[in-house]
Amino acid sequence: MAERLHVGTRKGLFELARRNGAWDIVETHFLGDPVSAVLAEGDTLYAALDLGHFGAKLWRRDGAGEWRELGAPVFPPKPEDAGDDPHPWSLGQIWVLESGGVPGRLWAGTMPGGLFRSEDGGDSWSLNEALWHMPERQKWMGVAGGEQPGINSVLVDPRNPADIRIGVSTAGVWASIDDGASWRIINRGMYNEYMPPEQREEPIVQDVHRLARCAAHPDVMWCQHHNGVFRSEDAGANWREIIAIRPSKFGFAVVAHPRDPDTAWFVPAVKDERRIPVEGKVVVARTRDAGNSFEVLRNGLPQRHAYDLVWRHALAIDASGERLAFGSTTGGLWISEDCGDNWTAPNARLPPVSVVRFANS
Amino acid sequence: MATVRFTSALQRFLAAPPAQVEASTVGEALAAVFEARPALRGYVLDDQGALRRHVAIYVRGEAVRDRIKLSDPIDPDDEIYVFQALTGG
Repeated sequence: MAERLHVGTRKGLFELARRNGAWDIVETHFLGDPVSAVLAEGDTLYAALDLGHFGAKLWRRDGAGEWRELGAPVFPPKPEDAGDDPHPWSLGQIWVLESGGVPGRLWAGTMPGGLFRSEDGGDSWSLNEALWHMPERQKWMGVAGGEQPGINSVLVDPRNPADIRIGVSTAGVWASIDDGASWRIINRGMYNEYMPPEQREEPIVQDVHRLARCAAHPDVMWCQHHNGVFRSEDAGANWREIIAIRPSKFGFAVVAHPRDPDTAWFVPAVKDERRIPVEGKVVVARTRDAGNSFEVLRNGLPQRHAYDLVWRHALAIDASGERLAFGSTTGGLWISEDCGDNWTAPNARLPPVSVVRFANS
Repeated sequence: MATVRFTSALQRFLAAPPAQVEASTVGEALAAVFEARPALRGYVLDDQGALRRHVAIYVRGEAVRDRIKLSDPIDPDDEIYVFQALTGG
């Protein structure tokens, strides 16, 4: 089980370790700077910063060494004939970092919707031009409250690193089966309530907040969508709405059990302009039967006047499937060692949490 | 020679000492600095080479007008101040 936990916040990166059965902050990094994405890969730790004035940055720490700034992904020069592209050709934020399934390979999902790849552990990056140049990309809608679309999830098939799914806010689920050489939108079965009726079922308008996939059964995927929870058994092509979710169907985060394809966790909230926990109670919803039923887990979580919202990257599970952690917009952080049955909070008052990840070693 | 001075807020991330450069525009002045310190470029300019939205450049007490191509002319003895426009909390 993972013994380290990384928590990226509006004001720095916090590293927690498990000692004598309790989790505590053991190191702080980038204090005062917004952390937008984190990836722990063996002994190597990556942190993406979203500096308000000075742009998106990327840093790496190897083992117990010093942090070193890497060249962040850069968009190519915008051609003259791309003038009507509604989205900027400039990195807004690194929103998600994922391992690529082969040594040295990383994927970075960004705002304004560019997907970048590194083959050298983040030292250099190249834009996935095939996806960026698809005419449909210009129809991608901006993330609520922002102007730019963003790639929120990158799911690499553990059986085949050339087989990739991405989730886009807001443009559905896209697939490449040829190592990123070509892409197509694949999601069927979702609907988007806030769109005009004739467009609600269009794949490209689907407001996918977050995707998760079962590592041992990669065709099984879960989606926390703007207006519900969906499940796919064919790697994201066809989706079935999970109506048993409770106490509400709105939320941002989802994680899948690494081995059991029928188990997943969500953190529901009141949709959608309010975005607070139902009745001011922080709970986690767990299904163990493929979404047919849910348990509402609340032991150790605040149950009175709690207004914590959990962003899409702020719920994490470790490789054992037993340890989970999540952080909130009001700086709450809770950790479970028994699949969510019980939660404990480290002794800290953190800044708003954007991303939570366990070390994978 | 013109002098380019960077906000102390940048020093938290990387070294950005004052630089003496030969240049006739703001863009040329910055390019000369970035040639010596390439990592600084991404902190000041966006991917297309325009001034970042929350970064300001002042010459002779005035904000530069061309934030896209940085074509504002400078005199040989000008001081060019690069600093952040405060946002957030």
